[in-house]
Amino acid sequence: MTLKQFGSVNVEVDDDGHLANGAIWSEDLARDIAKEEGIESLTDRHWLVINYMRKEFQAKGDAPSLRKLTKESGVDTKELYALFPKGPAKKAAKIAGLPKPKGCI
Amino acid sequence: MRKLVILGAGTAGTIMFHKFHSSLNRNDWHITVIDGDENHYFQPGFLFIPFGIYKKRDVIKPKRSFYPRGSDFIMCAVDRIEPEKNRVLLNNGAIIPYDYLIIATGSRVVPEETEGMVAGEWRKSIFDFYTVDGACALAELFKDWQGGRLVINITEMPIKCPVAPLEFAFLADWYFSKRGIREDVDIHFVTPLPGAFTKPRASQLLGDFLLKKNIGVTPEFAVARIDNEEKRIISWDDAKIPFDILVTIPTNMGDEAIARSGLGDELNYVPTDRQTLRSESFENIFVIGDATNLPSSKAGSVAHFQSDILLENFMSIVEGRQPEARFDGHTNCFIESGFGKGVLIDFNYDMEPLPGKYPFAGIGPFSLLEESRINHYGKLLSRWMYWNLLLKGIEIPLDSKMSMEGKRL
Repeated sequence: MTLKQFGSVNVEVDDDGHLANGAIWSEDLARDIAKEEGIESLTDRHWLVINYMRKEFQAKGDAPSLRKLTKESGVDTKELYALFPKGPAKKAAKIAGLPKPKGCI
Repeated sequence: MRKLVILGAGTAGTIMFHKFHSSLNRNDWHITVIDGDENHYFQPGFLFIPFGIYKKRDVIKPKRSFYPRGSDFIMCAVDRIEPEKNRVLLNNGAIIPYDYLIIATGSRVVPEETEGMVAGEWRKSIFDFYTVDGACALAELFKDWQGGRLVINITEMPIKCPVAPLEFAFLADWYFSKRGIREDVDIHFVTPLPGAFTKPRASQLLGDFLLKKNIGVTPEFAVARIDNEEKRIISWDDAKIPFDILVTIPTNMGDEAIARSGLGDELNYVPTDRQTLRSESFENIFVIGDATNLPSSKAGSVAHFQSDILLENFMSIVEGRQPEARFDGHTNCFIESGFGKGVLIDFNYDMEPLPGKYPFAGIGPFSLLEESRINHYGKLLSRWMYWNLLLKGIEIPLDSKMSMEGKRL
């Protein structure tokens, strides 16, 4: 476990750089993580995806893959790549305070 | 008389049939095997067809030839499984009830999933080698091809045999060198992965090979569509890569019957307990091989290592006990690296490929995470072992569990 700074807070992250302890996640922290990932601000569309991912994780114990996201979140692949450039499933999971999806590469 | 039905007579299905056939009492159990395709394919052989090393006849045998006379082998495609009713519905209208079901329906390529893949340029300048017809079409092309830009692209993960696209690149380097036109062939490897492979040390070794063999790499490229007019692959973030010849590994998905049964995930793979190999939804269904959603690789060796675990757990469950055997995700893979050499990797859920010797620590004869000629012969030998030992139910004395003996961390 290592410490990483997001905005003004230092949090523990796992080997993939995702939050080690999901319980400390907050919307403010999400915004800080997003900035670190190169996303300056989170729109309603971003939040739609983030909230869907958190719901899925609660229910299934794993953040959804890109394909599942496309199928079920209401946001298509092209938009997902526009919202979370380069690897949306992983990036959105990180911002949502979730571990990297298991099916992820 | 209890009924055991095995769906799929490919690698996993055939291995399991032989294990059940020799373990279950013929007076208590009736085993039925169902498959809709007469041909059994040695899929690892497809890689060698474009380069003239194997021909179509080397990789196909009739499925029935691996089943003893008198076996209940139904040659018919499956419409769907009705797990609440413990039965399978076939395309010809037949209804096959079961007490226990083994799903071994595999995975296949679905080029239709990607816009522009099966369009004007399909099998003209866009090819796959994950089907025997695709591999044969490439063989025809390569014989006379005078060179150009050869792009090898993985569409979407997971794929079965994740090393095969790399092997294709390595073999292309060797083949065109042999033909004396390597300078006229620009080989480019395009992958959605952040590197050459998923595991760090293997990824580094294989990445080095790509560099040394002058094969360009574009990582983190997720193809959205193929422009047939301009002959380019275009990613979801609008990056474009031109090609003269595209060798694509299309999206891999599980059997359509799984989707029709409501048993599959978004890729038609069956959610399976990664240790016991039992279905996560139905207590009398087991899943083996490519058909599972397990995070292990999709490869023949995995089905082989899973088979003993599945048998043991099956026997526990039918005898009213808890399943205790645990699959550790063990996989091994010969990677053809060209010029008569190969690399062997051996890993599981928890441990990435490490250097060492296999199967005997310190002795080998196969070198792990290292290139050697013996590894290449191992790869060729595996075809003989497949047809003559594995599919005939003759035990191959390799541990189902991955061993750390002799491995260097």
